[in-house]
Amino acid sequence: MNHALILPILLPLLTGAGQLLCYRAPFAVQRLLGFASTGWLVLLGIWALATAGSGDYLLYQAGNWPAPFGIVLVLDRLAAIMLALTAVLGLCCLVYASGGTDQRGAHFHALFQFQLAGLNGAFLTGDLFNLFVFFEILLIASYALLLHGGGRARSRAGLHYVIINLAGSALFLIALGTLYGLTGTLNMADLALRVAEAPPEDAPLLAAASLILLVVFGIKAAILPLLFWLPRAYSAASAPVAALFAIMTKVGIYAILRVFLLVFALGEEPINATAWAWLWPLALLTLALGGVGVLGSDSLRTLSAYLVILSVGTLLATISLVTPAALGAALFYLIHSTGMAAVFFLLADLLGQQREEGYDRFSATGPIGHRRVLGTLFFIAGIAMAGLPPFGGFVSKAWILQASASEPRGLWLWGVLLASALLVIIAISRTGSSWFWRPAEMASPYPLRRGLLTLVCGMVGLNALLAAFGNPVMGYLELTAEQLLAPHGYIAAVLPDVLASATEITP
Amino acid sequence: MELLYAITLGVLTTCGVYLLLRARTFTVILGLTLLSHAVNLYLFASGRLVAGAPAIIGLAERSADPLPQALVLTAIVIGFAMTAFVVVLALKAAVELRNDHVDGENPDEDRA
Repeated sequence: MNHALILPILLPLLTGAGQLLCYRAPFAVQRLLGFASTGWLVLLGIWALATAGSGDYLLYQAGNWPAPFGIVLVLDRLAAIMLALTAVLGLCCLVYASGGTDQRGAHFHALFQFQLAGLNGAFLTGDLFNLFVFFEILLIASYALLLHGGGRARSRAGLHYVIINLAGSALFLIALGTLYGLTGTLNMADLALRVAEAPPEDAPLLAAASLILLVVFGIKAAILPLLFWLPRAYSAASAPVAALFAIMTKVGIYAILRVFLLVFALGEEPINATAWAWLWPLALLTLALGGVGVLGSDSLRTLSAYLVILSVGTLLATISLVTPAALGAALFYLIHSTGMAAVFFLLADLLGQQREEGYDRFSATGPIGHRRVLGTLFFIAGIAMAGLPPFGGFVSKAWILQASASEPRGLWLWGVLLASALLVIIAISRTGSSWFWRPAEMASPYPLRRGLLTLVCGMVGLNALLAAFGNPVMGYLELTAEQLLAPHGYIAAVLPDVLASATEITP
Repeated sequence: MELLYAITLGVLTTCGVYLLLRARTFTVILGLTLLSHAVNLYLFASGRLVAGAPAIIGLAERSADPLPQALVLTAIVIGFAMTAFVVVLALKAAVELRNDHVDGENPDEDRA
């Protein structure tokens, strides 16, 4: 058994614990530990991409107990992509936070590592109850990170965020209890087989459990009726934390993909059909609301939060088409939008620091320092975000449109997606012209923080690389989509004996 | 036993949801606590209700399903920690915002 698979969870967990222990040591030690751990996570992410790229499933059985009795970690292509994305994003956020944000409160680095451990665990686990536990780990770390730095706005936003997520956890447990009561297992692969073989009289209860799970993941992912906590929470968080939170909504989307394409996907009448039918209109409405929200925001942070909502809507609408091409396109968009949302949260801070008044609020019209450099960066980032060439956003949007063109209902997606892209362009160009164009040059600008500026430029550069290497990336994502749509491979990897005996009996 | 159990669950959940929708943080926390009690009982019942059956095989003729008990234990611990956290957060918010409304501001304040 390859023990490397548990490292993405253990490494940040132990590092976080170590950082708590050496709290009295110089602050540089904590930073160094954080960088070392996150750097290793990036390497592990690359290893995971390479390992899962062969198409095999890598299995880790905790305590050597075979599934479905023990807890398993499963690495497939989707999990590898999410691991690598989290690690790279985490490293960028950590570098930005080391610019001074991490010293505004206690234990930033430890909390950051716990957050990464929870995220990685949620991506790797092959057990629904374990998914719940890792959700709680990442949530409690995110509560504390959201409040990091203190202040009234954060307490207010934090209260909403914590309460809605606690209610979500209660719903999660209700769904788990129902599933366990009906099937007697919580291992995802085993559950998929049992759900498929469930007697017809259990079908309504199973459907109810699946829809409760959809609500829970919908709270995490921020789908329309469940998203009103997001703008306030994300705009109240400090910049690197908000940037890291760009991956948090994607955890909800990952869980939707994993659960509804595996657990509820088998059988003669798959239960997930109801979920997709609900998701499609809600996702389109989320997308439209994201576009309107971007235009109606009063600060760049809120605008970025609505960009997150917009990306969630786009992703879920594309995913609910459930074709290989649509899934591949959605995954490409997931990588692009996570990175760019993070860039925008960091930009809001970077630009806000340079403005004479009002931080990142649009109502303030004062001058901004270094406006040529920052203006150019904002312009390029805006192009990348809105999905214009030559950045990753253009490739992903073109692919989404192409994938949805073959579907009759894809026309709806075309209309809403392009309309909200137009709203994004309007909002971003309005911001750019009122911040960089109209005001005069600032007399004595604040010193430019070159390290942070380079970091944000680098992140935009990564997005351009995503487009430049679009072909191999698309190839990988297409294979990922195929793997997701063939749940039997996953089940055979996790439960080799069960499937073998089933095939023996069948002929 | 099943009927009593189900009624208890129903009452707990109803009260929990009602309190959860109130406007003051204290009642909301009470609501969350009641809801988590209901959820824990529900999880426990997912292993079926049997009396006089230990969760170890071989001690008696029938044995109870041990897994829901382990799940409930985990859920209780997590719920306990989360409740403690939200109590502290509500206190912090009440001190900083000078009121205990969940939105951080009392909508009737201007009228009074």
